[in-house]
Amino acid sequence: MPELPTGTLPPTTGAEPEPADGLSATSRSHLGRLLITAREHKLATAGLVTAIGLTLFSFIGPLLYHTNETGTNLVLANLPPSAAHPLGTTPEGRDEIGQLMVGGQSTLVVGFAVAILGTAFGMIWGALAGYVGGFIDAALMRIVDALLAIPFLFFIVLLASITEPNLIIIILAITAASWQSTARLVRGEVLSLRTRSYVEVSQHLGARHRHVIFRHLVPNVVGTVVVTATLSMADAILSYAAVAFLGLSVPPPATSWGDLLTTGINNLFDGYWWQLWPPAVAIVLIVLAVNLLGDGIHDMTEHRHEVR
Amino acid sequence: MISYLARRLLQAVLVMLIVSVIVFIILHALPGGLVRAQLGPRASAYSVHQLEVTEGLLNPLPVQYGIWLLHLLEGNFGFSYKLNQPVAGLLANYLPRTLLLVGISSVLTVAIGVPMGLWQGYRRNKPDDHALSASMLILYAMPDFLLGVILIILLSLDLPVFPSTATAFGSSLTADVEVLVLPVAALTLGNVSYYSRYMRASVIDNLLEDYVRTARAKGNSRRRVLVRHVMRNSLSSTITNIGLTLPFVFSGALIIEELFNFPGIGLLFWDASQSRDYPVLLGVVLVVTASVVAGSLLADIGYAIIDPRVRYA
Repeated sequence: MPELPTGTLPPTTGAEPEPADGLSATSRSHLGRLLITAREHKLATAGLVTAIGLTLFSFIGPLLYHTNETGTNLVLANLPPSAAHPLGTTPEGRDEIGQLMVGGQSTLVVGFAVAILGTAFGMIWGALAGYVGGFIDAALMRIVDALLAIPFLFFIVLLASITEPNLIIIILAITAASWQSTARLVRGEVLSLRTRSYVEVSQHLGARHRHVIFRHLVPNVVGTVVVTATLSMADAILSYAAVAFLGLSVPPPATSWGDLLTTGINNLFDGYWWQLWPPAVAIVLIVLAVNLLGDGIHDMTEHRHEVR
Repeated sequence: MISYLARRLLQAVLVMLIVSVIVFIILHALPGGLVRAQLGPRASAYSVHQLEVTEGLLNPLPVQYGIWLLHLLEGNFGFSYKLNQPVAGLLANYLPRTLLLVGISSVLTVAIGVPMGLWQGYRRNKPDDHALSASMLILYAMPDFLLGVILIILLSLDLPVFPSTATAFGSSLTADVEVLVLPVAALTLGNVSYYSRYMRASVIDNLLEDYVRTARAKGNSRRRVLVRHVMRNSLSSTITNIGLTLPFVFSGALIIEELFNFPGIGLLFWDASQSRDYPVLLGVVLVVTASVVAGSLLADIGYAIIDPRVRYA
């Protein structure tokens, strides 16, 4: 999905530069201010806590909860939940909770890597187009138009089927299909900032490109970019799940929440509910959490008019 | 209007040209080249050379691109060696079914999402707005195929109303309708949230505008202002999104067709990806993208008809 609008329409002009602290930030400690922010943005805080919780579960969990996640043991295949396996087992006879931890690792890595890579690439592309302008701008943006017109899943599957999919290929393929909206957004922001009087004055006073870019443009674009990166992490996780459902995923014994969910779907008619719902809940939770976090950051950075 | 149309049409053609270049590059980035992809790793040097000659692969790349593009314009999308059929025939068979699925779903998405967003914007921050926002967010956070699976569990397994596979598509009209219900519902539910959120935001922004206060001051009822003024303004900005969301609807169709075994272009594409049938893969990407470009062109023309400001911009 393209970036969902959060609360209000995407602004046509960039955010006005704001003083670093909004109001009476004179005597409060860092922690105190952080707590106030957390109280004001309950949903975003809940999202952050959930995301951290799922990350700890996936990466620290295996250190505390030991299971065999590489071998196949058909005696233990498709067992319902029991004391030994609280969420049952997979068709390979692996513990479902252990698989969720392993699957969470690749899912979160893909989400994070795509968010970082895609946003960085899109930002550079968009900033270049907006700052240089002219023919280069037109050429760069027509490429973005063309790539945006190709339905992203078709594009990802095409790229991934050229090679044997592995974690790197999947990250690159999803990134290739997800940087374009960031590029468009950043270009728009840079275009509108460039004509602001303080930027023009700075240029007329003889400021170098570097000064204009790092002192005037970057600080004003940063809010938008952080929000985009956060939301694109959610989209990347959804894309990864979809790609896994289509059979393109990390090679076994590695797995992902999308793979586990697909296993659950394939065994739907056998009634193995423990293979279906845990990965489904995990995906929905992480996507929700990251979206709420992104919306919260949007509200914090975008000091927009309040609705009466 | 004419110049707007001409400009917009030219832009669409340009986008398709760039897409064709991208697809051409991917075609030639195949490991071992197109010939190896078709003949397999064990083909002899002689047969590889033979096919390279017949396929014109020994020409310089720009010449190859020109010939390939000419063939495309003539409707020649290449030949599927895996299915032993011309790709164009396959595309002509499968694409209309997907267009039907995507078309019905898009109409329903707008028909549900827009009034919902209007209502939410009007009732902003009331309990019912919050409840709708929360459920839309959860729907948005679900992968399309999970939505489809939940529909299958509810309406096909627990309550056997609709078939869980679409294999019967094409046998009779009633079968077609029955078969389409769940795929269309899954595709629609996943996208409604986009329109309702956009519409809600747009209505809230519009309600702050001066013209709303003026209209109210002139004695119009809230309902009349909402329907006659705010909805018109919000609608036109929401309609532009149809073109923007089309790529996502087609992506969703790929997943939904695979889940329900619906014999559309997504299923053709998926089968081709399993058997590495590159002429089919690339042909599908081209026609699907062309459908998206044509769809957003139509949406923009519709937008220009509704909103005169666009025409004279």
